[in-house]
Amino acid sequence: MVLDIVIILVKIWFVLVLALTMAAALMWAERKQSAVMQDRIGANRANIFGFKALGFVNIMADAVKMIVKEDWIPPKANKTLHTIAPIAAFFPVLLVFAVIPFGDTLRIGAKEIPLQILNINMGILFLFAFASLSVYGIILAGWSSNNKFSMLGGIRGCSQMISYELIVGLALIGLFMVFGTLKLDSIVRQQNELLFGFIPKWGIMVQPLGFLLFLPAALAETKRVPFDLPEGESEIIGFNTEYSSMKFGMFFMGEFMEVTLIAALLTTLFFGGYNIPYLYQQGFVFPVGGEIPLPHLVVVILQFCSFMCKLLFFCWFQQLVRWTLPRFRYDQLMNLSWKQLLPLTLLNILLTGLVLTLVG
Amino acid sequence: MIERKVIQKSFEPGWKEKIYYPEVIRGLSITGWHFVRNMWSHILRYVFFIKSVKPGFVTIQYPEERRPLSPVARLRHRLMLRADGTIKCVACMMCETICPCNCIHIVAAESENPGVEKYAIEWDLDLLRCCFCGYCVEACPEDAIRMDFADLDLAGWSRGGMVLNRATLLADGALSVKFKAQKELQEVVMR
Repeated sequence: MVLDIVIILVKIWFVLVLALTMAAALMWAERKQSAVMQDRIGANRANIFGFKALGFVNIMADAVKMIVKEDWIPPKANKTLHTIAPIAAFFPVLLVFAVIPFGDTLRIGAKEIPLQILNINMGILFLFAFASLSVYGIILAGWSSNNKFSMLGGIRGCSQMISYELIVGLALIGLFMVFGTLKLDSIVRQQNELLFGFIPKWGIMVQPLGFLLFLPAALAETKRVPFDLPEGESEIIGFNTEYSSMKFGMFFMGEFMEVTLIAALLTTLFFGGYNIPYLYQQGFVFPVGGEIPLPHLVVVILQFCSFMCKLLFFCWFQQLVRWTLPRFRYDQLMNLSWKQLLPLTLLNILLTGLVLTLVG
Repeated sequence: MIERKVIQKSFEPGWKEKIYYPEVIRGLSITGWHFVRNMWSHILRYVFFIKSVKPGFVTIQYPEERRPLSPVARLRHRLMLRADGTIKCVACMMCETICPCNCIHIVAAESENPGVEKYAIEWDLDLLRCCFCGYCVEACPEDAIRMDFADLDLAGWSRGGMVLNRATLLADGALSVKFKAQKELQEVVMR
C-alpha cells in the first residue's frame, strides 16, 4: 500500500518535472532555434563568470527577473480575479499531463507499474475538460485588468479558443471511431498493431485527414504565433498587458507547457505514442521474418526514449511553425475554423463511418 | 516619352493558397532547410572543431568584432592641423552657414600669421543636432574638417556631453589609433 503511494508520487514528481523542465527548455529553444533558422546566433550575452552555457544563463536571468520584479495590480482592477487568472491559465494544463501514457507497463518482479499517472476510461474527455478550462484564465485576465485593450484581447482569445476547441474535439472523433475507445492507454496499445501486415497502425495512417484537421486546431489552442491573436504582443494589445512579475511568468510558462502538451497529444494519438514499429513485449518481430529478442527492461526503456524523441520532435516542429508563419487576421481565423475546418471535420466523421461500415 | 511602370496587381490567392497546406509546407521547408544547414554547420564547427566550414550565422558580435567600414563612410568629424601645428580652419563660416541642422558654432579670432586672416578660437559641434549630411566637409575651402574619425559609439551621459569643442575635435585624431584596423585611416596622426 505504502509502496503504491510512493510509486504514484514518483510518477507525479516525474511528470511535474518533465512539464516544468520542458517549459524552461522551450524558452531556451525558442531563442536558439529561431536564431538557427534565421542565420543568427541568438541569446548569448548573459553569463556567470564568463560561463554562458549556450544561452541557458539567459533563461536563469529571466527567471530571476520575473521573481524579483514588482507584482503590480492596476488600480480599480478586480484584485481577486486578477490573482486567480494566471493560476486558472496555468493549473489545468499541468493537470492534463496526468492522462498521457509515457511508457508501457513496467514489470519489476510481480509488481506492474503502468507508466501513466491516471488510467481512466474517459481519458481524452478529461483532457478536453481541463484543457478548455484554461479559457477562463484568459477571459478573467482580460476582464479583471481594468484595461479595454486587455479586455478585447481576452474576448479575442476566448472566441478563438472556443472555436478551435470544437475542431479539436470533432477532428478526434474519427480516431475514436477507429480505435473504439477513449482510454489513451488502449489507444496507444492498439497503434502497435499492423495494417495489411506491415504498416504500423498509427493514428496518422488510419486518420490522415483527421491529423491534418487536428494539427492547425491544436496549434491554435496553444495561442502561439500563427494564431496569437489573444496575445498579439507587438501591435494588437493582448490580454496579459497588465500583468507583471511571476503572474506574467505563469502565462508565459503555461503557453510553453501547452506546446509540450500538444506535442504529447500528437505523439499519443497520431504517432503511436511510446511504440516503435515492430517492437513488441518480447523484442523486435519484423514482418519480413526475423526477430531480435530483448529483455523487458530494455524494451520499456526503448519505448520511453521513443516517446521522448517524438515529444521533442513535435516541440521542435511547433517552434518551426511559430517562427515561419505570419499571424492570421481575425476574420481569416474565424473563417478557417467555422467555414473550412468544421465542414471538413464533419466530412471526416462521415467518411470514417462509411469506411468502417464497408470494411468492418 | 515617359516610361510607364508596371504596377503590380493585388495578390489573388489561388486554390493552393486557399487550402493553406501546400504553401505552408513550402514555407516550412525553407526555414527547416535553413535550420538543418545551420545546425549541421554549428555541429561541425563547435563539436568536431572543423573551423573551415562556413559558419551557420551572419551575425557580427558588435562591440568585439566590427565590420570593415566603407572608405566613403561619413563618420564623426575631426578638425585638421597645418604642418606647423596651427588649426587649418580660417573661420570663413562656410560650414556654419550651410549646416542644415545649425549644429556648428564658430567664434573667429584674428590670426597672428599674416598669410591667414582669421582662425577659429572656438569651434563647437552639437552631435545631437548633427544629421551627418557632410555638407560642412563639402563646403570647406581649406580642407579643415573631415568626417573620418571612426568612433561609432557616439554616446554621452548628458546633452552637454554631446557638444564637442575645438580641443576634442582636434585631439581626437590621435585617439583613432584604436580603430585603425577597421578604417584604414591614412592620416592617423593629424598632419
